[in-house]
Amino acid sequence: MFRKFTLQVPRLILALALILLGTVSVFILTRTQLIIAGKNLTSIGILAGGLIFYTGVLLIISMFESETVLSIALLLPSMVAVAIFVYGFIGWSIRVSLSQWKGLNPDFTWAGLKQYYILFHNDPRFVIDVRNTAMFTVCFILGCLIIGLGLAILLDQKLKGEALFRGVFLFPMSISFIASGVVWGWLMNPATGNRITGINLIFQTLGLKSLISLWHSTPQPWGMAFTVIPAVWQLSGFTMALYMGGMRSISDDLREAARVDGASEFQIYRYIIFPLLQPVTLSAVIILGHMSLKIFDLLVALGNKDIRLDVPGIYMWTTTFDGTNYAQGAAIGVLMLVSVAILVVPYLVQNMRTETQL
Amino acid sequence: MTRRIVTHTLFYIILIAMAVFYLLPIYLMVLTGFKPFDQVDLKTMWSLPTTGLHIANFIAGYKQLAPNISNSLVMVIPEAILSSLLGSLNGYLLARWKFRGSNLIFSLILFGMFIPYQSILIPLAKFMYAIKLYGDIPGLVLVHIIYGIPITTLIFRNYYAGIGTEILEAGRMDGASLLGLYRYIMFPLSAPSFAVVIIWQFTQAWNEFLFAVILTNQSHWPVTVALNNLAGSQLVQWNVLMAATLLAALPTLVVYIFLGRFFLRGLMAGALKG
Repeated sequence: MFRKFTLQVPRLILALALILLGTVSVFILTRTQLIIAGKNLTSIGILAGGLIFYTGVLLIISMFESETVLSIALLLPSMVAVAIFVYGFIGWSIRVSLSQWKGLNPDFTWAGLKQYYILFHNDPRFVIDVRNTAMFTVCFILGCLIIGLGLAILLDQKLKGEALFRGVFLFPMSISFIASGVVWGWLMNPATGNRITGINLIFQTLGLKSLISLWHSTPQPWGMAFTVIPAVWQLSGFTMALYMGGMRSISDDLREAARVDGASEFQIYRYIIFPLLQPVTLSAVIILGHMSLKIFDLLVALGNKDIRLDVPGIYMWTTTFDGTNYAQGAAIGVLMLVSVAILVVPYLVQNMRTETQL
Repeated sequence: MTRRIVTHTLFYIILIAMAVFYLLPIYLMVLTGFKPFDQVDLKTMWSLPTTGLHIANFIAGYKQLAPNISNSLVMVIPEAILSSLLGSLNGYLLARWKFRGSNLIFSLILFGMFIPYQSILIPLAKFMYAIKLYGDIPGLVLVHIIYGIPITTLIFRNYYAGIGTEILEAGRMDGASLLGLYRYIMFPLSAPSFAVVIIWQFTQAWNEFLFAVILTNQSHWPVTVALNNLAGSQLVQWNVLMAATLLAALPTLVVYIFLGRFFLRGLMAGALKG
């Protein structure tokens, strides 16, 4: 690997100076506190000192003229960060989920799969959560795909004002789930009679009384189906954009050829465009699916910790940080990870394989 | 021809109906925000303000959220800049310099983008506590930068992979090194990608809730946590809440309206090859 080494004295001096500076600053900061503007930044300072030290090391490595080694060395800080914060912490969570840790003090006494057993066999709340997530996921994905594809087809007709409509359908993505949940909570106000308001009030004024609804206060499992309305509002535009990208990559020649052969517009979509859009649908299902398996903030804002609108993400939060049942919280987190991994890992593996072939 | 007119009219009716659905929440927020306090009865939610436009709701909403908006800004700006720089370097290295296993490393990094953060939350909270970055904004900045590595790396890698190799070959002929090529050729070319990543990271961090609620204490709450708290409070009137929600959503909305093109590209990157 190190075939060549060119000694560059100025670079070496700089490298040694950086290594020295980094070492000294880390050394000092481990013994004292760094307070800037009232904030304790000691750890950030140590991190910066470490990076200065590492920059010195990189300068020395760069003199070996092996680009592979230098590439790896440059990637190393990010790889280490991901290794610790993603994989290390997942491992740590798994370990907590196999323990008896309940209360503020860590307790790593081995408990095997007890937490998982309780969740599946003896915990009505988790059963509700799983059912709610399933309901949410199905309605959310179907809603986004149907509306997204429908809008994409309409905007594919080369109508005037296409850009304006596209902008209107896409803007809700830029809003946080919290803000969206708060506003939709008022729009989907279930009050009736004198206190009727929100969308129900519009329905009443228009004489569409049959459409007046209890929204997400509808008895479960259907109440959950209404909670996807804000989620679909936010992400159907994104699905539309994915489909529009897919349609744009289908050449006009193909459509033209079908028209010459006497195909109707409907047949062109049915037999040419829809089959070619299948990979887009797959991508959309994976992106939307992993979002809905993790859905959390929207239901926090919409349901205000209403147990009927509970999902694993909220359960994990309350049981861990309000109930200090760390072992159970970790088990829920790990189960959420497993559900997302089942969806995403095959996609990532396939993505990696096709890239290798290129 | 008449059939065409009929179908096009139908298309427009559907599109306009959908546009009404998409704009309804914004309309409600703006409408309620501009009403005077004595006209904010829930029964007249949809009627227009009759005595001109008032901004009392926005002032009251701003008073509620002002410290949190500034917390969010202090968090989001360094976060977006630092994570885009890191993502650019990572993306360049992974796009250009194929070594054995670089695809595997890339996929392992990418996986970090999809994980539910509940699965790392307990260790993260304990770790941040141990290194004394718990409760305040700098810790949150660090967390957002680290968990932003996958998406920023992905966006830059896809962008750099699309730049022709000729220009790099030319640079190599001139004797540029690995970092020289980055410094003098790739970096100056990557302005569009920086726009995408900075906007993406800005929006993500501004809208994020879980890390914010777990890792900060009340005086350092970003705007999402404060807004959620405000919504759950019985003491705040809903008209003030609507105005506050609009204020909380405004920065990302403005970014979207003026720079939506870049925003969309960030979103598409989530579909990996988009």
